[in-house]
Amino acid sequence: MDAPSSEAVAPAGNAAPWTAPAVSVAPPRSFPWGKLLPFLGPLVLFIIWDVVVRAGLIKAILLPPPSATIVTLVTGLAGGPLLTDFGVTVWRTVQAFLIAAIVGVPLGVLLGSSERAYRSVEFLIDFFRSTPSSALIPLFLLIFGVSDINKVAIAAFGAFLIVVFNSAYGVINARKQRVMAAKVMGASRWQIFKDVLIWESLQPTFVGLRSAVSMALVIVIVAEMFIGSESGLGHRIIDAQQVLNVKSMYAAILSAGALGYALNVIFLIAEKRIVHWSGR
Amino acid sequence: MRVTNAAVVADVPVRPFVPGAPGTHITIRGLTKYFAGWPLYENFDLDIPKAKIVSVFGPNGCGKSTLINMISGLIPIDGGEILFDGKSLAETKIGYVFQNYREAMFPWMRTIDNIAYPLVMEGKSKAEVDRRMQELVASFDVKFDLNRYPYELSGGQQQTASIMRALAPKPEVVFLDEPFSALDYEMTLFIREKLQEVFIQSGTTMMLVSHDLEEAVYLADQILLLTKRPTKIAEILKYDDPRPRTVATLSEPSFISAKKLSLEIFQREVRR
Repeated sequence: MDAPSSEAVAPAGNAAPWTAPAVSVAPPRSFPWGKLLPFLGPLVLFIIWDVVVRAGLIKAILLPPPSATIVTLVTGLAGGPLLTDFGVTVWRTVQAFLIAAIVGVPLGVLLGSSERAYRSVEFLIDFFRSTPSSALIPLFLLIFGVSDINKVAIAAFGAFLIVVFNSAYGVINARKQRVMAAKVMGASRWQIFKDVLIWESLQPTFVGLRSAVSMALVIVIVAEMFIGSESGLGHRIIDAQQVLNVKSMYAAILSAGALGYALNVIFLIAEKRIVHWSGR
Repeated sequence: MRVTNAAVVADVPVRPFVPGAPGTHITIRGLTKYFAGWPLYENFDLDIPKAKIVSVFGPNGCGKSTLINMISGLIPIDGGEILFDGKSLAETKIGYVFQNYREAMFPWMRTIDNIAYPLVMEGKSKAEVDRRMQELVASFDVKFDLNRYPYELSGGQQQTASIMRALAPKPEVVFLDEPFSALDYEMTLFIREKLQEVFIQSGTTMMLVSHDLEEAVYLADQILLLTKRPTKIAEILKYDDPRPRTVATLSEPSFISAKKLSLEIFQREVRR
């Protein structure tokens, strides 16, 4: 959002010898409309949505008006049953993510620090990473039965593969020159590992964690829809659809979207804080 | 790989080790290095004098950086022996300054911790590290904030910091691989002076790879001119104008003739 302003400053800073014609150029005082641009898209979408409903282009039984949906969303999240389902989904996603991260990051870093070890399991990781995790739901049903653990387990599995892959590649692709610099200063293999490789892998690890939390959320919601479930956003969406309670369904879909978006933003902020040198 | 004719290999007499002249610090004997099956160095012998700056200069692709990387152990050698005052590399404290300072410093550490890193690794106490840091800051006359992260500093400041890091543990030898080529001219002049000052103070043996002939001669006690590959020594020129050398040195007849002679040898080798 601050990109336009920095672009405006950069050329001025570089072109030091050239002085602007002092007349006529006043500093821009007008309202920074550019900052409102991100809200334009959603606004247009809501207007189209509203017009479509009002004009009766889509039956009201399939698409509720946006205002009613928003009201359902807000009242639902302000202590209604939607909040309970929301909380359950968040908790399952968090559990799945934590398992994936706690097992995946150290394993990925270890595998990455021995390229031969990684090559020997690379095919397995790539194969299961390419397999849609939802295709494995029946397999997990056999192992864990229709339970809460099942949903967390399959989401953790899918997220885990992403984490391992990214952490391992982070270590494998560590800047060779930093490793050399540590080596020439007399660092042992262990010191190179803990002072250089782990740090070098942090940024790709964060990319992995961010993709992993999205993946965990997707699988949790799919699992809630199709593995006999009593709670969760997935269950709520399917339930509302079956009885054509479209307001509730759209509210649940929107809240799932908001959840995914918020998780992504949280990870972006955390990455910027922790991997402060990234991109510099 | 199994050596099928091991007996024959064992029959080849070992070349006797010839020590360098008095004052030699690094002795290189029979150095051999292949790249993609072609010899880059073959039975290469070289003596690097102690407490001098040796500039390495030669045609493109002759392996100037490879030479100091092999001596400093960054690249493995295929044969030969390299000794530092008779000791192996493992027993020798060295410093290395990379051309690309951005990828040589650790951006997750503050600049001061980067500089102190080799000391911390030697297991020095907090007090010893602090004292050495103060010495370094004084001798480099540092004007910027070392508590910043490296990426917050200018290129010249980052390279100053990496030179400080290389010198922090008081190494016996410092290798510099085109340390100025990523810097602007103003910064190059400044750091060149600092480097010379520190050399006068400490008398540390230095090997400098440079692609700028003026800079190579200006800093050097000896200019090591290399041939095209397979690389041999074309000539070793001595240049012993007194230090500190200054901008005035650049117009001294002795400097100009040393530079001219280097250039002639260089051109002869490039055309060969």
